[in-house]
Amino acid sequence: MKIFYYPGCTVKTKAKNLEESAIAAMKALDIELVELPNWNCCGTVFGMSTDDLVHQLAPLRNLLRVKEQGGDKVTTMCSMCYNTLKRANHLIREDEEKRRLIADFMSEEAIRYEGEVEVLHLLEILRDVVGFEALKEKVKINLKGLKLDPYYGCMLTRPQEIGIDNMENPTILEELLTALGAEVVKDPMKTECCGSYHTVNAVEVVADRGYEILHSALKRGADAMVLSCPLCDYNLDHRQREIAKKYVDFSGIPVFYFSQLLALALGLETKESRFDLNYVDPLPLLREKRVVV
Amino acid sequence: MKVELSSEKVHSDFVKKVEELSGQNILSCYQCGKCSAGCPSSFAMDLLPSQIIRMVQLGLQDEIINSKTIWLCASCLTCSVRCPRGVDLAKVFEALRLLVTRDKEKLNYVEPSEIPSEQLEELPQIALISNFRKFTG
Repeated sequence: MKIFYYPGCTVKTKAKNLEESAIAAMKALDIELVELPNWNCCGTVFGMSTDDLVHQLAPLRNLLRVKEQGGDKVTTMCSMCYNTLKRANHLIREDEEKRRLIADFMSEEAIRYEGEVEVLHLLEILRDVVGFEALKEKVKINLKGLKLDPYYGCMLTRPQEIGIDNMENPTILEELLTALGAEVVKDPMKTECCGSYHTVNAVEVVADRGYEILHSALKRGADAMVLSCPLCDYNLDHRQREIAKKYVDFSGIPVFYFSQLLALALGLETKESRFDLNYVDPLPLLREKRVVV
Repeated sequence: MKVELSSEKVHSDFVKKVEELSGQNILSCYQCGKCSAGCPSSFAMDLLPSQIIRMVQLGLQDEIINSKTIWLCASCLTCSVRCPRGVDLAKVFEALRLLVTRDKEKLNYVEPSEIPSEQLEELPQIALISNFRKFTG
């Protein structure tokens, strides 16, 4: 099976460990992620004011590109892109007047776009197309012994109309990690915000948020965190440098993209997971648990 | 804190503008405080999200704009999805920020040119773009 894939800016640069491991893992599951031609930045956040139609053009232009290519679905692995694309799509599906205004504004495009394309997060493809039961059969290296703390953040599950799972208690990551053989830690912080874009101008706030989230995982005996958003990843992995400066009791914890562990469990070579790009080196943990030799 | 209430403020263009930009009925809020209870940034705020909504109802524009609260909102939507009255607070906060960032007389809350180059180099694009979308005009 082939599906159009929208990478987004960060996945192509700072989060190559997410992109490369995801493409390799999906290939091993016989799903080819075909990069969408001529994609552009989605704008990263959904414009929430009623008069802000200009910021809906960037995400919708990408969906128009999918339709232009004859596609009816597009997948993305970045939670921020997922949220922005899906909310913009939802907006024009629901609001006839805005749909018309936006389509008129993009009149130089060869075709009109009116909400026909389905936006899917890669986790939804794993759950609904591959299926976790079928995935279990394909696991070559069981992650048994790894105690993992799934972290959703905000953009995968909120608001309700675009969320991939239950808003207050999502379980899709738990189901995926369980299928890979890992033990999963229950953590009430799993849908708490990491501080998001405050990482640019209020690092101390992000360090406080990150400490609370990571400390909760450590307290529950987790070996590592697992997530899907490159901004959460930056705040929870790279910002451990700032967290350790502020909180002397903080000992550090590896943070994985779900796709890195998926690639590993499917028996792909360790280098496909690009662990070298993680800030906290996860290899000592993976060697200790004998998942990597 | 001491605030001055007046009929002019309650019926001001400010209240109408916030309702128009956010698409929310501000008077729906009955001050239960669920938004403030769940807000992950409230620890750093000088005014709680529910207090901001009350102040919008009363037209207290200056008090809101002088508070740090709207600049500490991370648009995580926890408040929006939990409000029992269906008020999408994230949209109200966005409207409040836009009233500042669209005002040519006011400065950007974050000035992109002042960010050190080594930080620009290290930060992921989604952090920078979303920050500038929220905090600059």
